[in-house]
Amino acid sequence: MATLATPLRAAARPRRGARLAPYGFLAPFFVLFAAFGLFPLLYTAYVSLHRVELQTADRMDWLGLQNYTRLFEDPFFWNALRNTFTIGLLSTVPQLLLALGLAHLLNYRLRGRTFFRVAMLMPYATSVAAATLVFAQLFGRDYGLINWALNTVGLSPVDWQANTWASQFGVSLIVTWRWTGYNALIYLAGMQSIPQELYESAAVDGASRWQQFRHITLPGLRPTIVFTVVVSTIGATQLFGEPLLYEGNSGGGISHQYQTLGLYLYEQGWTFFHLGRAAAVAWVMFLLIVVLALVNAAIAARRNRTDR
Amino acid sequence: MRPSRAAVTVGSAALAAALLLSACSSGTTTGAQDANEKVTLTVDLFGTFGFKEAGLYDEYMKLHPNITIKQSDTQDEGQYWQALQTKLAGGGGLADVQGLEVGRIASVMQKQADKFTDLKTLGAGDVNDGLVPWKAAAVKTADGKVLGAGTDIGPEAVCFRTDLFKEAGLPTDRAELAAKWATWDGYLALGKEYVAKAKPGNAWTDSAAGMFTAEVGQQKVRYADESGKAVHDSSPAVKTAWADATRLVADGLSAKLPQWTPEWNKAFSTGKFATLSCPAWMIGYIKGQAGDAFAGKWDIAAGPGKTGNWGGAYLAVPRTAKHPKQAAELIKWLNGKEQQVKLFTKQGSFPSSTGAQGEIKSVKDAYFNNAPIGEIFSEAAANMPAQVLGTEDGVVGKAFTDALGEVERTNTAPATAWQHALDNVKKASGN
Repeated sequence: MATLATPLRAAARPRRGARLAPYGFLAPFFVLFAAFGLFPLLYTAYVSLHRVELQTADRMDWLGLQNYTRLFEDPFFWNALRNTFTIGLLSTVPQLLLALGLAHLLNYRLRGRTFFRVAMLMPYATSVAAATLVFAQLFGRDYGLINWALNTVGLSPVDWQANTWASQFGVSLIVTWRWTGYNALIYLAGMQSIPQELYESAAVDGASRWQQFRHITLPGLRPTIVFTVVVSTIGATQLFGEPLLYEGNSGGGISHQYQTLGLYLYEQGWTFFHLGRAAAVAWVMFLLIVVLALVNAAIAARRNRTDR
Repeated sequence: MRPSRAAVTVGSAALAAALLLSACSSGTTTGAQDANEKVTLTVDLFGTFGFKEAGLYDEYMKLHPNITIKQSDTQDEGQYWQALQTKLAGGGGLADVQGLEVGRIASVMQKQADKFTDLKTLGAGDVNDGLVPWKAAAVKTADGKVLGAGTDIGPEAVCFRTDLFKEAGLPTDRAELAAKWATWDGYLALGKEYVAKAKPGNAWTDSAAGMFTAEVGQQKVRYADESGKAVHDSSPAVKTAWADATRLVADGLSAKLPQWTPEWNKAFSTGKFATLSCPAWMIGYIKGQAGDAFAGKWDIAAGPGKTGNWGGAYLAVPRTAKHPKQAAELIKWLNGKEQQVKLFTKQGSFPSSTGAQGEIKSVKDAYFNNAPIGEIFSEAAANMPAQVLGTEDGVVGKAFTDALGEVERTNTAPATAWQHALDNVKKASGN
C-alpha cells in the first residue's frame, strides 16, 4: 500500500493549506447552520420536554413527553391540523394549476412579454402584511368591497371572517394571489429548457396547443412540478402570516375555524405563554414536514422509475 | 502586521484620555446638571388613555423643558399585552412607562412583580395616596412594594345616538331613558321597540360582548373568587350576563361587530348601532372614532343598575426602563389630582383619586349634548363594588366575548358556545 500511495502523493501532494481550503470555504455555512439551525432545533426539543412559561421563563420543570401526549389529546390541535390541510389544498392546488396555465401563455411570443413576467412577480414582492391587510379590508363584512359587489348583483353578503369555509377561502386566496406568479416563473424557466423543435414538429403534425401542452410541456416539466409541489407543501404546512393578520389575532377566527398549525403554535407560545407546549408543536410540525417531503420524494422517484 | 511603537503610544494616550473624560463627566452629572440632562421618556399604552389628547404631555414638557415624551399606542389591549409579555421575557424593547389593564394586574402582581420597579425606591411610593382603596391595594405587594400608579377607573353608563332615537320615535331625555333601562330587562325591551321602528340594518347595540362585559362588571365576584379560585363557570354574575347577552342576540338587537376591530371603529360614524355600553373612558374613544361631525348627536345616560366597573388602568415602570427616576416623576404627576380632573373634563377618563372625584361632579360634556357626565359617572362609581381580580381575568373575558361572537356571527347555539368558552379557558390555562 505504502509503495503505491507514496508516488501518487509525491506527484500531486497539495500543500497543507490548499488541502484544508475547501473546508475553510464550507465552514461558514456549517458554523451558521449549527448556530441558527441545529442548536435551536435541539434546544426546542429540550424545551418541549419541560413546562416553561413565558412569564417565568427562567424556571423549567421536567415533564417528559407530557407536552406531546397533551397535544394529541387537544381537539384544538387536531382542528389546526385539519385546517392546515384544507387551507393547504385550497391554496396549493389552484395556485399551481393557475401558475402552469399562466406560464404556458407566457411561453408564447407575446407582445410586452417582459412586462407580464415582471407583473407576475409583483404580488410575490409585496409583503405578507400589506397584502393581507388589503385583502382583509376587501373581505370586510359590512364595508368590504367584495360584499358590496355581491350586494349590487343581488346576492346576500357573506361573513368572510366568521364563516368557516368563507374564511378559509379568504385566507387561501391571499396565499394563491401571492405565490401564483412566483410558481409561474419557475414553470416558465422549466418550459424554456424544453427544445423548441418538439413544438415545431408537433405543430407540423397538426397538434393543437392543448395537445402540445399535454404531450410535450407536462412531461418535460415533471421535475419542476415535483419541486414546486414539495416547496408549496412545506409552505402550506408552515402557513402563518396570512391567517394571523386576516383578523389580527392568533386564535384563527372566533371558532378557530382557520387556525393553522403555525397559528396554533404562536397562540400557545405568545398568547397563552406556554413555551414548552409551543416547542412541542414546533417539533411535531418539523416531523410532519420531513414526512411530507419524504412522501413527495418517494412519489417522484416512483414516477420517474415507471417512466423508464 | 505589528503596530508601530508610535501607534501604541498614541492609542494608549487616547484611551487614557477617554477614561479620564468619562470619569469627569460621570462625576459632574451627579450634581446640578442632572436636572437639565436631555431625556426622552417613552410611554407605551393601549386603547385611549387620553394623556396626549388632553394636552397633559405638552404641559409636562413645558414644566420640564429637558424632557421629551414619546408615546406609542396599540388599540387592542389583547395585542398590547401579548407584545408586552414577549418584551418582558426578553427584557428588551420596553418603554420607560408601560400601561397595564386592571384585568391583568393580578397576573402581573403574582407572576412578574420582579419585572417592575418598586416606585418607593424611585421616591414615588406615595403615588397612590388618595385613590379609592381597592385601586391602590391592587398594586401593593404583600411586602409593601408599590408596582404601579392607578390612573382611571371605569364606572359604567350607556351612550346613545339621539338622532337615531328621534328617527325611531324613542324618547331622548336622559332621565326618562335611565328610568326605562334601570334594569337589563328594560334595556332589552326598549331595544326591541327601537329595532321594530328603526331602519332595517340599524341594530340596538354594537355587540353582545359589550353588553356582557358591562353586566359582568357590576358584580363583586366575576371570574375568580376571593381565594383566587376560578369560578367563571359557576358564578351567578357570568351566568346572568351570558343569558342576557344571548337573549340580545336572539332578539336581533346586536350589530354583531367585534369590539376593537376596524369594522367596529367605522360603525361609530354610521347608523349601525344606536347604543353602546359606556365605561367612562369610552367617551374619549367615541370622540376619537366618530369625530367632530357627530358632536351633539351622541348623548349619555345612567345605565342599568347605575353601577359597574369596566376597565381602568395602571402605569408602571419596568426594571429595564432607561430613565426610571424621570418616569416615576412623570407618572406621579400624571396621576395627580389636578391632572385627573383635567383628563376627565377633556377626555372622560374617570378619576381614581377621591379628591379629583370630589371636583368633577358638575362637569358637563359639550360633545355629548352637554350631558352631566360628572354626575352620571360619580353616581355609578359611588355604587361600584370592589371587584375581585383574578390572574386569568383577561383570558377568561376574551374566551366569553369570543364565544358570544360565535353566537351572533355563526349562529352557534348558546349552550355550544358556552362550552367553547370553557374549553378555551382550559386551553389557555397552565395545565
